[in-house]
Amino acid sequence: MKNLFGKSWLVMVYVFLYIPIVTLVVYSFNASPLVTVWTEFTFKWYAALAHDEEVIAGLILSLKVALLSGLLSVVFGTLTAFALVRYGRFRGSTFLASMANAPLVMPEVIVGLSLLLMLVSIQRWLGFPERGLITILLGHALVGTAYAAVVVMARLREFDTRLEEAAMDLGCKPLQVFTLVTLPLIAPSLLSAFLLTFTLSFDDVVLSAFLSGPGATTLPIVIFSRARLGLSPSINAVAAMTIAVVSVAVIASSIYQARAERRRQREMSEAYAQGG
Amino acid sequence: MIVKLLPRLRRSCTGSRLVIGLPMIWLFLLAAAPLLIVLNYSLAEMDVASVNSLWQWADQALTVKLNFSNYLFLSEDPLYFKTYLSSLKYAAITTLWCLLLGYPFAYFMARSPAHLRPLLLMLVMLPFWTSFLLRIYAWKTLLTGNGLVNNSLMALGLIDAPLHMMNTPFSLTIGMVYAYLPFMILPLYANLVKLDLSLLEAAADLGASPWKTFWLVTVPLSRRGIIAGSLLVFIPAVGEYVIPELLGGPDTLMIGRVLWDEFFSNNDWPMASAVTVVMILLILVPMALFNKYHDDTVGEKV
Amino acid sequence: MTVAKDVTVTEDLLRIEGLTKTYDGAVRAVDNVSLTVSKGEIFALLGSSGCGKSTLLRMLAGFETPTSGKIYLSGQDITDLPPYQRPINMMFQSYALFPHLNVWDNVAFGLRRDGMAKDELTERVESQLKLVQLTKFAKRKPHQLSGGQQQRVALARSLAKRPKLLLLDEPLGALDKKLRESTQFELVNIIEEVGVTCVMVTHDQEEAMTMASRIAVMSEGYFLQIGTPDEVYETPNSRLVADFIGNVNIFEGEVVEDEPDHVTIRCPECLHYVGHGITGTAGMEVGVALRPEKIQLSQAQPDKPHNWCAGVVTDIAYFGSHTTYHLKLDSGMVLKVQQANLRRNCDQDLTWGDRTFAHWRRDVMVVLTQ
Repeated sequence: MKNLFGKSWLVMVYVFLYIPIVTLVVYSFNASPLVTVWTEFTFKWYAALAHDEEVIAGLILSLKVALLSGLLSVVFGTLTAFALVRYGRFRGSTFLASMANAPLVMPEVIVGLSLLLMLVSIQRWLGFPERGLITILLGHALVGTAYAAVVVMARLREFDTRLEEAAMDLGCKPLQVFTLVTLPLIAPSLLSAFLLTFTLSFDDVVLSAFLSGPGATTLPIVIFSRARLGLSPSINAVAAMTIAVVSVAVIASSIYQARAERRRQREMSEAYAQGG
Repeated sequence: MIVKLLPRLRRSCTGSRLVIGLPMIWLFLLAAAPLLIVLNYSLAEMDVASVNSLWQWADQALTVKLNFSNYLFLSEDPLYFKTYLSSLKYAAITTLWCLLLGYPFAYFMARSPAHLRPLLLMLVMLPFWTSFLLRIYAWKTLLTGNGLVNNSLMALGLIDAPLHMMNTPFSLTIGMVYAYLPFMILPLYANLVKLDLSLLEAAADLGASPWKTFWLVTVPLSRRGIIAGSLLVFIPAVGEYVIPELLGGPDTLMIGRVLWDEFFSNNDWPMASAVTVVMILLILVPMALFNKYHDDTVGEKV
Repeated sequence: MTVAKDVTVTEDLLRIEGLTKTYDGAVRAVDNVSLTVSKGEIFALLGSSGCGKSTLLRMLAGFETPTSGKIYLSGQDITDLPPYQRPINMMFQSYALFPHLNVWDNVAFGLRRDGMAKDELTERVESQLKLVQLTKFAKRKPHQLSGGQQQRVALARSLAKRPKLLLLDEPLGALDKKLRESTQFELVNIIEEVGVTCVMVTHDQEEAMTMASRIAVMSEGYFLQIGTPDEVYETPNSRLVADFIGNVNIFEGEVVEDEPDHVTIRCPECLHYVGHGITGTAGMEVGVALRPEKIQLSQAQPDKPHNWCAGVVTDIAYFGSHTTYHLKLDSGMVLKVQQANLRRNCDQDLTWGDRTFAHWRRDVMVVLTQ
């Protein structure tokens, strides 16, 4: 009885989560410009995308920003994670922790507005940076740092520091310890952090809107302005492509992870059985 | 208790100074300093607004001119008060619904067979990785006059004329719950999956029915997850902009939209700043709570 | 013409002088200890958890800095050297094998840091693997090995650089009982074959006594006694040490006769006649330590004035190879007696409630003044 209830609840919520996604994809093949009234199956909206300069420019900019933002976020997120996990309580550690936590929950409008005001002030003072790619990048990197820190901290907390001691015992200087032992072992979580922050940046609307300048329009901003005006099949087409790419990536990585884990378990039980 | 696992590294001052110093500077510049500047702006006048407009150094005296007109306006205009209240209300409703839908979901996911869990988790994460904006847009297509929901209901004969669902509190709530549901599920799941089953067995052994065990053992033990998930939903929901803009209507007052309009439409930066400061004050307590209960096991699930 | 070097030539490989480690200004984990270890010795630090033995070991390795005191290795002051500059290697309790490297690379890790030439390195790694009989497993990763195999890799890795001093942190702690016994001998054999000086840390007395040539019994940061296993067991210098190692009965009494060749001590339970002199005087209050296995039981009252007492059997524990009896004496003290089961079914000789006599020789007791 409980099983049935549980299973149906799971299914119900999954349906709730996926119906919008499925409809997006389905209607991207709808010939009618009135998105929801089905006329016939077509690829024309996808073809139109290829000529849609606004979308293409936005895509390129979004990719650039996302890539750079991901890199910056991982670097600073990892530094933050190390500072908070390895150094215990130092002067300013609560301050650092709060600043690293805040962007996780703070409404984006607050982050966007405050960051913009500051960057404008700096611009008036130093003459740079101009509002555009750099400013958007800084905003995304801030939020990304917070997320990356969370991911890396989780990994660091379960990291066996005796491995680092063993490395030092065997002759590694502190920097070598990091590059030869710590880094290879936390690499998977660094990759996760990168993918997470990349996606967040690629997706972001509010920060980009506040921090963009002339000529710096990211893909989400393009989509958002069109969506405000009403329904548009071009959005469906973009959506379907994004969903396809993301789905393939997520499914592939899940399968890979599951396989690797299974193999590992098998090897461990074989070793145990051999004994000695 | 100080965790000093590598005391030798602490000795190398440059190493630890860098590791602590760099992120401190980065985060101070991007997270802390901007908030101070917002405060500054909020106390300025619209046309002369700049960082320096408050401070004047003359005759070896520093005069600070604080203009509270923005705040006075905020407190006098009933619309702002109503909007703040409304934002809190919608955020609370969203959190509640997310909890009602998400807790059983996370519970059943955590109790499902171990080999299924990665798959179930992946299916929850997939929408999360897909663009948030696009999924909200999808609800527009679903809820409009001739959208999927109306068409299906009419086809089933349940209604005669299309329901007006778009740009209402209903569409806003659905959109908010939809968007924030994964943020509630993940911390709850992370917490529930670690639950020691032998505790439940012990409760049963001592005579508790499954229902009682749930309320007396499981729920209290998942308290941290509930709080973390709720705050992870509530706080950003208060200042949400995109969803009210796309799915909400004139009836749905949300402070995020007000801020946006003050900034982009009216170009009134000091006013927008004042709105922001008050918003920050509103969420200060929840944010402090979040800091306290922040469970970083969510990071593992990613 | 050579300039005389100011170097203290010593046979001691390791010399610790007044080493102290204080935490937060109050907690003294290691309290002013001094110690010398000769070349080729296997030296054990024995104590229960919290006694400071692990802290001391970590200071030798370089992971903790002493609050005061000095460490000398072959006469050279290494107190301030970081771990990667000390000719000391450690085998960790949890092995600490690098999970992302295979067995070969784990063993070669330290050699590579030294910049050893490729041919020499290959030869050295291979000889190490041969030493621990893991040549066939060279390409495996740690998670593909059993616990015992992992330990051998850890050992091979810690010996690869031919350190002057090898540190062992609870070497048998992670193994189950059967494996522990066989590994004990294997480990000692390898260490002696290689000829490396060794300091080990353990809370297990058996481990210390079987493996080490000298033991330091440690408690609350300082050494209670240092000596060979035999010395520490048979001639403990205090009640603490006597009680810590193995089982012991301690009688409290007063010296009645104090002669150069014997002493008599009166206790509530009995009269002890100890067959050797002690540094003390008549009238002194002392303790007499008597090991359970040195006591014999008999049905008839022994025909001598000293070194026997009578009691009632209150507890019997059968261990297979021996049996332990608890005898409640007339004074109220409970005497622990251990008898080897020389025949089958000899545990049926005595049962609960039986009254019996315990007696012992005059040369098996230790008089304790502390």
